[in-house]
Amino acid sequence: MQLSGWGNFPKAEARVSAPRDEAALAALVAEGSAIARGNGRAYGDSAISPRNTIDMRHFDRMLSFNPATGQLVAEAGVMLADVIDAFLPRGWFPMVTPGTKLITLGGAIAADVHGKNHHVDGSFRACVDWIDVMGPGGEVSRCSHEENAEMFDWTLGGMGLTGVILRCAIRLRPVKSGWIRQQMIPADTLSAAIDAFEANMGIPYSVAWIDCAAKGAHLGRSLVMLGEHAEPGEVPPRYRATPFKATRHRKIPFPMNAPGFVLNPLTVRAFNAAYYWKGARQKGTRIVDWDGYFYPLDAILHWNRLYGRRGFMQFQCVLPQDAAREGMQRLLSAISESGQASFLSVLKRFGPQDSAFSFPMEGYTLALDFPRSRAAIALMPELDAITLDHGGRFYLAKDSRMPAEILAQADPRAEAFAEWRRDRGLPASFASLQSERLHL
Amino acid sequence: MTVPVLILGARSDIARATARAFAAKRHPIQLAARGAEGLAADKADLETRYNVEVTLHDFDALDVAGHEAFVDGLPALPGIAVSAIGLMGEQAENETDPAKAVAVMRSNFEGPAVILGVLANRFVNRGSGTLVGISSVAGDRGRASNYVYGAAKAGFTAFLSGLRNRLAKQNVHVVTVKPGFVNTAMTAHLDLPARLTAEPREVALAIVQAVEKSRNIIYVRPIWRLVMTVICAIPEAVFKKTSI
Ligand SMILES: NC(=O)c1ccc[n+]([C@@H]2O[C@H](COP(=O)([O-])OP(=O)(O)OC[C@H]3O[C@@H](n4cnc5c(N)ncnc54)[C@H](OP(=O)(O)O)[C@@H]3O)[C@@H](O)[C@H]2O)c1
Repeated sequence: MQLSGWGNFPKAEARVSAPRDEAALAALVAEGSAIARGNGRAYGDSAISPRNTIDMRHFDRMLSFNPATGQLVAEAGVMLADVIDAFLPRGWFPMVTPGTKLITLGGAIAADVHGKNHHVDGSFRACVDWIDVMGPGGEVSRCSHEENAEMFDWTLGGMGLTGVILRCAIRLRPVKSGWIRQQMIPADTLSAAIDAFEANMGIPYSVAWIDCAAKGAHLGRSLVMLGEHAEPGEVPPRYRATPFKATRHRKIPFPMNAPGFVLNPLTVRAFNAAYYWKGARQKGTRIVDWDGYFYPLDAILHWNRLYGRRGFMQFQCVLPQDAAREGMQRLLSAISESGQASFLSVLKRFGPQDSAFSFPMEGYTLALDFPRSRAAIALMPELDAITLDHGGRFYLAKDSRMPAEILAQADPRAEAFAEWRRDRGLPASFASLQSERLHL
Repeated sequence: MTVPVLILGARSDIARATARAFAAKRHPIQLAARGAEGLAADKADLETRYNVEVTLHDFDALDVAGHEAFVDGLPALPGIAVSAIGLMGEQAENETDPAKAVAVMRSNFEGPAVILGVLANRFVNRGSGTLVGISSVAGDRGRASNYVYGAAKAGFTAFLSGLRNRLAKQNVHVVTVKPGFVNTAMTAHLDLPARLTAEPREVALAIVQAVEKSRNIIYVRPIWRLVMTVICAIPEAVFKKTSI
């Protein structure tokens, strides 16, 4: 079948199997060139193998929960949304969550995803106690910081290329309500936004939305949004009796691929300006529900269709702390000069990260999305070069187009990872279009 | 009213989704299947997600002599019983191998009908209960491509209809489910049209709703009622020459 990632590019003809038990999974792995796929939320070609893509969503059982430690044991195809459904009513929330809950735990581990609390809690890895990984011969090994530690290290952020993640034990966070105390800080410049992040390092959640279309004196104009889990007493009176209950958002399905002209530099510019001014009016503190705070886009099913048939590209890099101010300024100038405004642009402070091949590092990350227009494609090498110049690196879960040389220059760990895979004979067993493109 | 729910054929995707949908509403769950010990992970899943009590029970629908004893062995007489038992088989094999055809006939009709009949009598004695039989639109009209399966489902549909008629005055309700295409292990090898194909979860939610509202016959996606009305209206002289 025709398969693509969330960005609808690239599309490839791929054989997809959806095994229901370990024996069937092992038989598929034995065929080679296998890549496990979760809910298909990686943007590019991370979870596509034309010969052997393995849909893991039948492995969707939660196996145990320990309320003393908050440890949940679950199969890799369980979705973060299911974890929230089952455990928020009991006062638990994922320790780390990206901007969508429609991802599997296996995918979260393979990409070692991060959330708005990276500067305090680190990446998803920080909540993972152990994982069970199936190797080329169908053998399953338990991996943790103590046991098979090397395998554990490479699998977190290893994009499914070390084996198939079968099960995991993750720790959830106790929360007192399903509500978030959000503080909105309008920042008129990039520098002001970074100052706001630095001044609020103790607040657990922080993220900034950047108006990428703003120019000149307004370059980097942003809304910095801080958040903390609210106390039961702060919950709006209507919901106070059931502080964990979700306020049901109606899901709005995006029905079809939008025609190409819907998102053009002009509409994007208008949207960004309107969004900024609306946000600036909401300056200050408000209590918002978890779903709207963490997952605004999940309310629009198939929002990726907004970009039309040609799909879109994500660009996400991180720059080290000492180069971040200057580097971000240059990235934003390049975008603004190109006239290719990104529809949704997000800036975030990362804290320290200690892992073998995960994306984050201490500094600032910028995430952008562009429709796949010729002009946007032409802009990418420029953004790559600025990132390299400032000692930054790239997020593989978002990547659909990076050349292997760029990855190699940005991230010496890539070659070490490839070598580790070769030493174990893994490339024949586990491969994706991305691993082939990037020579992993 | 959170009565225990018995799921027959609990390994099926539709059955698993149905067990979850009832457990989410706090019903204790009894999972019955051949080799029930293999469902330990499903038991754990229901317990972990929903904090409900779950028990596993060995059950072979074809062992009709054992059905009374099977019901006796349950921790409690369920308030709701759902049969997801079925066997599609290969039509071409069913045409040439009588043993295979008999297996399809027995697995879709005899076994499910007998166990629901046994449960029906117990429900009558108690004075309450709901029986849910998953049949199929394939039973609405025999077609060349799967008439052995279809005929067995037709028998099951007729059985459920008669049972409903018999029990209507005794506070025992019978729901007939004709799901249309469903994306499950049974159909994994087929290329099904997306608009006509339901996910197991959709079927499960439709079943829970049908039980709560005492519906008689449900087609999960409404379009199937229309499709089957049209198929059933085609005159036999024309129908026999088609290949639907
Ligand atoms: N999928 C569809 O498109 C579709 C459409 C209309 C109706 N249906 C009906 O929906 C129901 C569930 O089917 P499914 O799609 O989920 O497929 P399935 O996985 O093949 O489910 C059938 C289940 O019946 C069980 N079973 C068969 N013979 C049995 C026996 N003698 N004793 C105990 N259990 C037995 C099987 O158990 P084992 O694991 O032990 O083999 C299996 O779990 C079936 O009645 C099917 O006919 C399905």
